[in-house]
Amino acid sequence: MALEKLTIDNTPSNQNIYLALFRDVDADTTQALQKQLLARNPAFEYAFIDASSIISRVHLLSAIYNALNAVATNTLQTPNVHSEIVLSLSPSNNIADAYRRWGFAAGKTTDLIVVKVVFHDNEQTEEQVWAHLKEHIPTGTVVDPITDEEIAKSTDWSKVRKYYKLNGVPALDRIKDDAEKKREMERLAVMGMALRGL
Amino acid sequence: MATEFPLPPVLTYYPSSSSTPPSLITQGAEGRLYKSTHLASSRPCALKYRPPKPYRHPILDARLTKARIQAEAKVLDRCCREGVPVPAVYAMDAAAGWMMLEWIEGQPVRAGINVWLGARPETDEAIDAANDAHQTPLINLMERIGTVVGALHLTGIIHGDLTTSNMMLQPWKTTHTSQQQTNGEEAAAKEAAVQGDVVLIDFGLATTSSSDEDRAVDLYVLERAFASTHPRAEKLFEHVLEAYGKTFKKAPSVLVKLADVRMRGRKRSMLG
Repeated sequence: MALEKLTIDNTPSNQNIYLALFRDVDADTTQALQKQLLARNPAFEYAFIDASSIISRVHLLSAIYNALNAVATNTLQTPNVHSEIVLSLSPSNNIADAYRRWGFAAGKTTDLIVVKVVFHDNEQTEEQVWAHLKEHIPTGTVVDPITDEEIAKSTDWSKVRKYYKLNGVPALDRIKDDAEKKREMERLAVMGMALRGL
Repeated sequence: MATEFPLPPVLTYYPSSSSTPPSLITQGAEGRLYKSTHLASSRPCALKYRPPKPYRHPILDARLTKARIQAEAKVLDRCCREGVPVPAVYAMDAAAGWMMLEWIEGQPVRAGINVWLGARPETDEAIDAANDAHQTPLINLMERIGTVVGALHLTGIIHGDLTTSNMMLQPWKTTHTSQQQTNGEEAAAKEAAVQGDVVLIDFGLATTSSSDEDRAVDLYVLERAFASTHPRAEKLFEHVLEAYGKTFKKAPSVLVKLADVRMRGRKRSMLG
């Protein structure tokens, strides 16, 4: 099974967090998924994220951490923890914008990251989550393990730079080394998420 | 006892993970600083927590705490984007009173300077221009401090509490050895104590201003703090100012203003 069970420090223990990455998902699949989301079908409560706007595991896990904190403090700004993860990736409080930029676009998104949070009062098992995902995302290639290198293969840096307002930032322009520049972009993106709306 | 404080709620989810338990590092007038981890044990972090103050009206207390954490976070964000060396903000919840910051390795500049000075043979002798030659590594550190403070001021931020305790010395990844090759382990350890990148911390009192006056007062606070923390190295402070003067166009006029501030002290005259 290619569902990864995540552990995140300093988060409550009454939940399991699962992560999956599908590459080259076709348009029919994303269109079908979008229909389910628009119908607010509770069986399709996942955080579906366009992998092209994700930098690394730290970047993604930071958003999950922030969303779980919103659950713990009862300060969700969106209907559930899954939509909150998508909002947590944004540096602004505009929810529609966050869904458009970090959520998937039907027919356009090919690389899809899926995060599922199962609270322990819910009976759903890991096997059930995986079976349900496989059934509804039949076309993509399952990436396992989901490493930083694998995520980086999907990253669209011009998108990331635009979304986190990283163009013309002095701290980045003075870095020559490409790997170091990407680390700094991750740092600034995580910071932008932490300061959301400020 | 410091350890008797209850942990902020955000740290009480432990032991959900296998991470190291949070530990209290220091306690200030307004808040407490814990060492913990962000996401995984490979990412150590500093958690700055401002607990509720029972003597303040709850609504006012909540508002002040939130505003102060947000203000500090904004200053750090601005510094990071401008390339001023400060810790990044990993996560925050201003309403709950906490902010998770990047953990800066190394020791405070104060400790580094003290190791260097303490290892000097003639302990009571003040350092003067005559034996400057032996002080090259410390002078280099002074210049790095001046450059960093200059970079900070250039972005329009005033730190408000510049001391050698509010600066960290982040160890270099590769060890630089000075031109005057030191011999012996003791000398090497001494030199290592004043090496590293200067990183500014604790922006709890930071404000935004680009006036010569505010910048000069910021330098004056550092000068006074330096003189009382490291009296024997007081003469070397001029190297901080010299390096500062080269960092941006208006820096020399800040140094002129500093002379005025020295004459009258930190508080500006109430007249005019």
